[in-house]
Amino acid sequence: MENTTLQDHSEGNSDQHNSSHHQPAKGIMRWILTTNHKDIGTLYLCFSFLMFLVGGAMAMVIRAELYQPGLQIVEPNFFNQMTTVHGLIMVFGAVMPAFTGLANWLIPMMIGAPDMALPRMNNWSFWILPMAFTILLSSLFMEGGGPNFGWTFYAPLSTTYSPDSTALFVFAIHIMGISSILGAINVVVTIINMRAPGMTYMKMPLFVWTWLITAFLLIAVMPVLAATVTMVLTDKYFGTSFFAAAGGGDPVLFQHIFWFFGHPEVYIMILPSFGIISAIIPAFSRKKLFGYSSMVYATASIAVLSFTVWAHHMFTTGMPVAAELFFMYCTMLISVPTGVKVFNWVATMWRGSLTFETPMLFAIAFIVLFTIGGFSGLMLAITPADFQYHDTYFVVAHFHYVLVTGAIFSIMAAAYYWLPKWTGHMYDERLGKIHFWCSLISVNVLFFPMHFLGLAGMPRRVPDYALQFADFNQLVSLGGFAFGLSQLIFLVVLVKCVRGGDKAPAKPWEGAEGLEWDMPSPAPYHSHTTPPEIK
Amino acid sequence: MSQLLQQKNQRLIVKLSTAIVLMFGFGFALVPLYDVFCQVTGLNGRSIVKASEQSMTIDTTRTVRLQLMTSVAPGMSWEFTPEVNYIDVHPGENKVVQFKARNLSNRLIVGQAVPSVSPGLGANYLNKTECFCFKQQQLNAGEQTTMGLVFFISGDIPKDINTLTLSYTLFDVTEQKTDSADTEHMDSEHMDSEHMDSEHMDSAHTGSGHAGSVHAGI
Repeated sequence: MENTTLQDHSEGNSDQHNSSHHQPAKGIMRWILTTNHKDIGTLYLCFSFLMFLVGGAMAMVIRAELYQPGLQIVEPNFFNQMTTVHGLIMVFGAVMPAFTGLANWLIPMMIGAPDMALPRMNNWSFWILPMAFTILLSSLFMEGGGPNFGWTFYAPLSTTYSPDSTALFVFAIHIMGISSILGAINVVVTIINMRAPGMTYMKMPLFVWTWLITAFLLIAVMPVLAATVTMVLTDKYFGTSFFAAAGGGDPVLFQHIFWFFGHPEVYIMILPSFGIISAIIPAFSRKKLFGYSSMVYATASIAVLSFTVWAHHMFTTGMPVAAELFFMYCTMLISVPTGVKVFNWVATMWRGSLTFETPMLFAIAFIVLFTIGGFSGLMLAITPADFQYHDTYFVVAHFHYVLVTGAIFSIMAAAYYWLPKWTGHMYDERLGKIHFWCSLISVNVLFFPMHFLGLAGMPRRVPDYALQFADFNQLVSLGGFAFGLSQLIFLVVLVKCVRGGDKAPAKPWEGAEGLEWDMPSPAPYHSHTTPPEIK
Repeated sequence: MSQLLQQKNQRLIVKLSTAIVLMFGFGFALVPLYDVFCQVTGLNGRSIVKASEQSMTIDTTRTVRLQLMTSVAPGMSWEFTPEVNYIDVHPGENKVVQFKARNLSNRLIVGQAVPSVSPGLGANYLNKTECFCFKQQQLNAGEQTTMGLVFFISGDIPKDINTLTLSYTLFDVTEQKTDSADTEHMDSEHMDSEHMDSEHMDSAHTGSGHAGSVHAGI
């Protein structure tokens, strides 16, 4: 039982008296009908990796076009569709589903629950996602093209001037939103009601804590996004004037509603990362996490503050000085709890006996590079300075540092860290390290020069640019291609690890803590069927 | 799953679903909230869209320049220009400015002008006693008209605002032509466009490009 694979396990159980729905079904129907949190977690993770590659391919188109000034490869309108859909896919298709997948796999195992609280809804919340992205991607092939107004779909670009396929975009966003909301409900109910006896809130692993707070953020703001796209839909097709000045509406209103959703959304994409890093750093430092409770409070205060900063995306729309100062100070205030977190991670490593396996490498890179992204965020928060940085490549550099070397690096760290638990095999450490170093170097070649491009005045979302930006753009594009190729190494590592490799012990990492390491690797199809004992 | 747990789960789901529905409603509630907020604070260059009371005192120690800008929504074949590019006024002083509009197309078009004032914080100090933007404008093919704006700048306008820019964008509302403009609170005589037009013709002549001081007649 201890060292069996998933298949062995199901065979071993088949002679027993368990009714059939307790074993994974065979073939494709297992995945379509599954209500098992581990299966659904796997589905989410595979789907998000697929979307990561699709969105990445679009980024390659963007960087290929920007390799030289002038128009070489694509039409400007197609370029705009690429920037738009790249953003949408990476946000809603890659990062968010990856976190939901991790939540599905890990939260029940971490809190001692047998499964998620609402397994059938869980199945739905995953399976509507592929439909949403099929709709979104199909809109690229419609007459007039797909969405070309940026992932932020500012009105009137998304209303008056948008392609005819905008309705498909709107419905795709609706479905993604419903999926996220269902996932969030499931996480909240699971964490609040399904913890094993003795698993008090302040004993929960930080990944569970950060996800609980993320789920509340999702419940608060995904409906606002749904409202926004609904208004865009009725403005475009049904003659309402929420954002049309001719009918008494206001396009600036769009930005307020969108960013009321958009800024908490930024934290939705980073808070679970904080939880992951807070699991990995102590494991490879062989020390307890420094300042557990301050981590919890810092996460909660980041979440609360995230509702008071939305207009820092809109400094140049013309606000009174008082409002600009308010949003500037609130934004800067967020760096305090974030600083607490970075301090705690570094303090955890301090005088620890560190080893540098791939998950740890990604975690350390996360701390350094996410902090760089945080600092450029502070620069952008300074209202008078923002007037220069607004809508330049400086902004692009900033949010790619926090999302790629932040969110995505943490997801990769998580994948390496828990892969032995998921598959029962150790991944190829040598390949993992190659993947890490290739990614680390290329991602900085890709995004660091963007800071200078932005400061020099190169606007974002342009298919062509002035000649003086040519050299840096070439460098950025080369970094981009290298980063894209590096991710194929990750694909190889994943496939190799799923298909075989050294047998993983129950606890492959010496310093790892948590209930998931008490069960065999791979984790049995049903775990914690009797609640574990919490020390 | 035990009965008790199932009940607990259901209660929590109901609470969370309520929160979701409320937040969806909140998204829409932001629309009127935003309007009220902008109206009260005068933010975002939203000037008052109803007729103001005439002012009493004129502050001759100060001069404020009002710059006039016009634009026409894409696809609407009208010509729409102010007769002067700017006008210097004392706070409290009533002034008239004229705008010319011409329908360049071969069909009837109804237009609605939407004002915006910059800097946004100055919007509340620009008072219109009469404005073509209070109602929709209807022009037949090739027809031309002169439209007037009567305004004054409040005496309490902050010292650091010396220039206001009033920008009108003209939108084609032929298809959704409604009577919504009529619901604005206005005196019925101000609604009479013929009355307005003729008066403004006069003022255009007497004002000789500087839209002179005929406000006494209004």
